Amino acid sequence: MRFRQAIWDEPLLFEKPSNEVASPKPGVVPPNLERKALDLPNLPEWEVVRHYTRLSQMTFGIDSGFYPLGSCTMKFNPKVHEELAALPEVRLAHPYQDVSTVQGSLQILYELQTILARIGGMDAVTLQPAAGAQGEFTGLLIARAYLKEKGDGARDEVLLPDTAHGTNFASAGMLGFKVVEVPSRDGQVDLAALEAAAGERTLALMLTNPNTLGIFESRVEDIARIVHDAGGLLYYDGANFNAILGKTNPGRMGFDMLHFNLHKTFTTPHGGGGPGVGPVGVKSFLEPYLPVPAVVFDGTRYSLDYDRPKSIGKVRAWYGNFGLLVRAYAYILSQGSDGLRWVTERAVLNANYLKMRLDEHLESPYPGLRKHEFVASGARLKERGLRTVDLAKRLMDYGFHPPTVYFPHLIDEAFMPEPTETESKETLDAFADAVAAILQEDPEIVRTAPHNTAAKRVDEVLAAREPILSWRMWRKRKGA
Amino acid sequence: MLRALGLASVDELFADLPLDIRVDGLPLPVGLPEPEVVERVTSILAKNRVGRDLPTFLGAGLYNHFVPASVRAIASRSEFYSSYTPYQAELSQGILQTLFEYQSMICELTGMDAANTSMYDASTALGEAALMAARITGKREIVLPRALHWERHQVLENYGLGPGLRYRDVPYDREDGTIDLAALKEAVGPDNAAVYVETPNFFGRFERIEEIREIAPSVLIVGVNPLSLAVTRPPGDFGADIVIGEGQGLGNAVAFGGPLLGVFACREEHVRRMPGRVIGMTRDAEGRRAFCMTMQSREQHIRREKAMSNICTNETLLAVASAAYVSVLGANGLRRVASENIERARALAGRIAKVGGFHAPAFTGAHFNEFVVRSEVSYEHVHRSLLARGVHGGLSLESHFPELGHAALFATTETHRPADYDRLVAALESVP
Repeated sequence: MRFRQAIWDEPLLFEKPSNEVASPKPGVVPPNLERKALDLPNLPEWEVVRHYTRLSQMTFGIDSGFYPLGSCTMKFNPKVHEELAALPEVRLAHPYQDVSTVQGSLQILYELQTILARIGGMDAVTLQPAAGAQGEFTGLLIARAYLKEKGDGARDEVLLPDTAHGTNFASAGMLGFKVVEVPSRDGQVDLAALEAAAGERTLALMLTNPNTLGIFESRVEDIARIVHDAGGLLYYDGANFNAILGKTNPGRMGFDMLHFNLHKTFTTPHGGGGPGVGPVGVKSFLEPYLPVPAVVFDGTRYSLDYDRPKSIGKVRAWYGNFGLLVRAYAYILSQGSDGLRWVTERAVLNANYLKMRLDEHLESPYPGLRKHEFVASGARLKERGLRTVDLAKRLMDYGFHPPTVYFPHLIDEAFMPEPTETESKETLDAFADAVAAILQEDPEIVRTAPHNTAAKRVDEVLAAREPILSWRMWRKRKGA
Repeated sequence: MLRALGLASVDELFADLPLDIRVDGLPLPVGLPEPEVVERVTSILAKNRVGRDLPTFLGAGLYNHFVPASVRAIASRSEFYSSYTPYQAELSQGILQTLFEYQSMICELTGMDAANTSMYDASTALGEAALMAARITGKREIVLPRALHWERHQVLENYGLGPGLRYRDVPYDREDGTIDLAALKEAVGPDNAAVYVETPNFFGRFERIEEIREIAPSVLIVGVNPLSLAVTRPPGDFGADIVIGEGQGLGNAVAFGGPLLGVFACREEHVRRMPGRVIGMTRDAEGRRAFCMTMQSREQHIRREKAMSNICTNETLLAVASAAYVSVLGANGLRRVASENIERARALAGRIAKVGGFHAPAFTGAHFNEFVVRSEVSYEHVHRSLLARGVHGGLSLESHFPELGHAALFATTETHRPADYDRLVAALESVP
């Protein structure tokens, strides 16, 4: 496939010839507070629109092409969601409005939390957390509060498999817990190592299933038993939920709590890096600890309940990323039970098909089925003086966003595609053909890739060594 | 595809799931076609009362400002909204440059050197700033204004659990509503990690950052409304170390409280202890200017449990919209909007003050776009009475600030029509 990304020599807005900046209107701000200089762009509207249109053309989204970023679930974002989220009833409602005037918003929150609880096999859900990592933070706060209340507050260790997402480690670290890493064996949690690690200090185990290798942890019931026997709780990291809709759920697997990543599984867009949404679901014994307020319904009226004495309090202001919750709600309505089941079946079929196609060219550790994603290794590229990063960069020249690379860490030169359900066989074949073609190319072309993007290989080392993080710092640096 | 895999059915793809944990489908209705989804969602949302139907004078950190159509058009470019974290710089130069410009605008507004691409909202930005101050100083005590949004306080308490942060609240001057400087002096002890103040503060009053800087012995964190900084001197002029704030008002919707935009900026000397994603300027292999995510060794995917924060997915698209908003309005447009907000709040307070039984503003001195109103009767009663007349008053302060008596926080912006003010004043006049 031929691909050329747009290339514009687009200066910073600050560098464009700007109209003069006027002083603030006199007499409005007291003289001791009044600001004189304000070095911000001051341009005609059309210049600004053209600037950002050009910058958007030097950006690659799902709508541009295949984006198999592993563990990120880059699926199509239906356009109707954007229209619904732009309704004035969504945009203009203030969270402190009297509940009688926001019954529509509250109904959506209530219905969505009820639906998510069912999907997760949980009893109650909070929609408050702003992203998956904040869901983890919330879950650990809940575990901490529950165990403290039970008189078991000395527990301070979080067990994490070596395949876990980086956020799991960071969420535990942020709360001052000690991380105990549990090794895997043949691509799954090593039960003997888990037995040895679990004990009276265990607060919780955090696990994603399927794990980040795309392998289903088939001994998950044993994992749950070991952690529960040790007195700890089980937390399900929902980043990989796209693999299990309608097939199993975390409640059935024995988890006590979980988070969903609605921007992944339920396709509220990724927004260039966010916003996300990370609702947390719990079994009934943990419900009293959920953040305030709870959204409740008495059969006629929706309201907000702050009277939850055991609650952990709040993890962010107000009730959650409502604009995204509306999109997730619409997605679930339009998919329904049949559609969501298809989502998982097709996502898993696509991943296994793509793996089979790539197996001809790249090594994939561990035999057997995968779920929604898989990890191959680019180790053999080294024979030709290349690395996974080179393959990833060269894929851009074929019009593909590269998969996640160098994660999970236990696979050398990891290359981790997650195709999702919204891709055709033709796209998967084209991607596999591109990988095959690249492996036959002159290594020099691959090592110096990409060639068809707005920038050539970017020097990230220089960026980190001499940070220039703003127009101010850049001007200072130039002046020096 | 199944045939190519040597499988007879889709079920075989799930053969590795143990039988006892399987479920047969989801307990949900079947999917609806798009027109029915639109009908259902819009009919639920129609129960909300917003805009002309119910003029609203709520603020408390979130403000309905007018957002030019160009801003939404830019943030709706699907290359932006359907992409993700720009891990692959070469393919993502456009959004990287946009975020570098966002960081640059935040730096210019706040007077700081560096900014990250976002925190979840102002409350988590405060939590992260307190953790950062503890990392910088190795100390644990955070001094806070008593006049602080309670939700921010609650969020901060959860963020501070890891290192065991402690808090001291400093009262406000009962006359002018700003932090009591004498009490602040007493509150800063040898274990002080940071002093946090807001300007405009929770009551809409501008603080004296210069004098606060002289008292604060270690890290000074200043919370701002970035819009007000178009016309007021930035915290950087007075030696603030970290500036945080709610960026929603810069081109984003109130949206029932989310998504929001946590603004986070700091001085250059602190950048390696800053949380969150940061974009830097660099060069590509041909020596041309390029942008990339940088200092990633601070972040969770590299540093894991030693990371500065667990944040990964953030609020990037709102940062894009904010960059677009600042650009479309331009320096002069921002100044016009900021000045107009000040003038409107002053005018509205003046009108309310003329209504019998109400005192506004409750505090003396300069305000931004909100102020406290005191009433002779319970504010709950006032609130019910206003609602019955089709207008939504401010936020009751009675349970969180009982010392103010019957009081509420009223905000106004350039989106209010003259008829909205008339309706509010008429409704206040007819409170029984």
